[in-house]
Amino acid sequence: MTPMQRVLTALSHKEPDRVPLFLLTTMHGAKELGMSIKEYFSDAENVARGQIILQKKYRSDCYYPFFYAPIEIEACGGEVIYSEDGPPNSGTPFIRNPEHILSLELPKVNDAKVLHKVLQAIQLLKAVAKDEIPIIGVVMSPFSLPVLQMGFEKYLEIMHFRPDLFNRLMEVNQAFCIDWANAQLQAGATAICYFDPVSSSSMITRQQYLETGFRVAKHTLAQIKGPTATHFASGNCLPISDLLPQTGTAVAGVSTMEDIAGLKKAFANKLTVLGNLNGIEMCRWTVEQTSAIVKEVVQKAAPGGGFILADNHGEIPFQAPDEVLLAISETINRFGKYPIVNG
Amino acid sequence: MDELDIQINNLERALLLINHQEAEDIIMKAAAAGSPAKVASELIAKTLQRIGESWENGSLALSQVYMSSLICEEIIDKVFPASEYVHTDMPKIAIAVFEDHHLLGKRIVVSTLRASGYPIIDLGGGLGTDELVTIVQREKIEVLLLSVLMLHSALRIKDLTTRLAGSGVKVVVGGAPFRFDETLWETVGATACGKDTTDALLIVKDLMKGVK
Repeated sequence: MTPMQRVLTALSHKEPDRVPLFLLTTMHGAKELGMSIKEYFSDAENVARGQIILQKKYRSDCYYPFFYAPIEIEACGGEVIYSEDGPPNSGTPFIRNPEHILSLELPKVNDAKVLHKVLQAIQLLKAVAKDEIPIIGVVMSPFSLPVLQMGFEKYLEIMHFRPDLFNRLMEVNQAFCIDWANAQLQAGATAICYFDPVSSSSMITRQQYLETGFRVAKHTLAQIKGPTATHFASGNCLPISDLLPQTGTAVAGVSTMEDIAGLKKAFANKLTVLGNLNGIEMCRWTVEQTSAIVKEVVQKAAPGGGFILADNHGEIPFQAPDEVLLAISETINRFGKYPIVNG
Repeated sequence: MDELDIQINNLERALLLINHQEAEDIIMKAAAAGSPAKVASELIAKTLQRIGESWENGSLALSQVYMSSLICEEIIDKVFPASEYVHTDMPKIAIAVFEDHHLLGKRIVVSTLRASGYPIIDLGGGLGTDELVTIVQREKIEVLLLSVLMLHSALRIKDLTTRLAGSGVKVVVGGAPFRFDETLWETVGATACGKDTTDALLIVKDLMKGVK
């Protein structure tokens, strides 16, 4: 099977030839090309070359041209701070006074030059992938973007006490998110990963989710012209597992803090489970540990399809060593073949 | 169930409903029967500790922990003079967000400790090793609480603990990387790790015992 056939079979809750692997490496491309993270992400060609090398090396079943989380903030004129050994991070939030939300305007994707390098990377990968390797585009959900726009604490306060500002912020962010997701699909992305950590049950209650993140996701995903996966970036989602399928998403990116067997059961035949290797711990795993953990996850979650092996955060840390990443790949290729054999 | 347990239950319910007025009434009623210091270190501290534990076991969300600590801090600031409830027998404690501008975790710890009567100096966010070493020495900080979001920042705390080695300063770490790798705090040379507000309160109470 090609990676695309493998992934589509898993998404239809059937068993492909082996468990699909989304090894979501981003910064590792800079290591492969021998350049700094800042230089690597400055040019679409670097990212496309990096992804092609990484996909081949680890036999991953997708290209993942995700640059960095605050690229959408950068597009709005916000600050991005680069690091030598970690993902670019957002600086001081650019909405300093919540009242500014009333006059807030976000750019159109066409006018935001920094986003064009992502679109170019997707186009370059599409030329290589054809229809054989899925290309996963990424957006920050309208509901989670405010953490970077204004800071989490101020955001929680307007969520509770200023529905006028909250609704206005959602309206502006939804238009931006839909535009950005559709631009990536048009450039050649196969599907969009909708990062929504604030909707996770670690962050807000089920009731709050119903009144906010759920409503926003339902409205937004309906206008994204392609398949979507919702990722909680290490946050829990079991308490809202019955609601997620109603948002229109096809996949849930789940946390290592929740039992993968329980998640698989909760999402059975409704959503595909993506996860849930611990990306932080992975940095100190031995090859033997890696193999044992991958086997355990596969045995719990892979039978019947509807499962893609990945880390639980949606981005593998720069510090995750090559031997661990190769061991994940090796184990899935040896022990992830269907039918899954126990032991 | 004794009177304190009833008060804790009532305050917890009011906080989770974000009912500021009811929470204030409960705190005022408790203070009338006891003292502001007792209200802070028993009623408020134990209620926030319970809420923190419920987040840790997955039955509450972080938004509830934040709103609860914020409401308690606002009430205690408003209704009592600091001299009536703030512990004075404490080491000098400061908190910062290390190399990051995501401030929520720090904000929750600050509000929880202040509302429970423990003084803490808030150094803000985006601070690196050089700045923190300077501040710690200049301000004679004895305990430094550090919140981090990303793994690479967490790993760089090792430089800070190395620079502060031998100074007697205790470095207590918290934040997502330490929740996902329970051995990481030792790797970076920290004195302790606080996974949540409950841990923060327990660690500070322990430190207070050391001073007494």
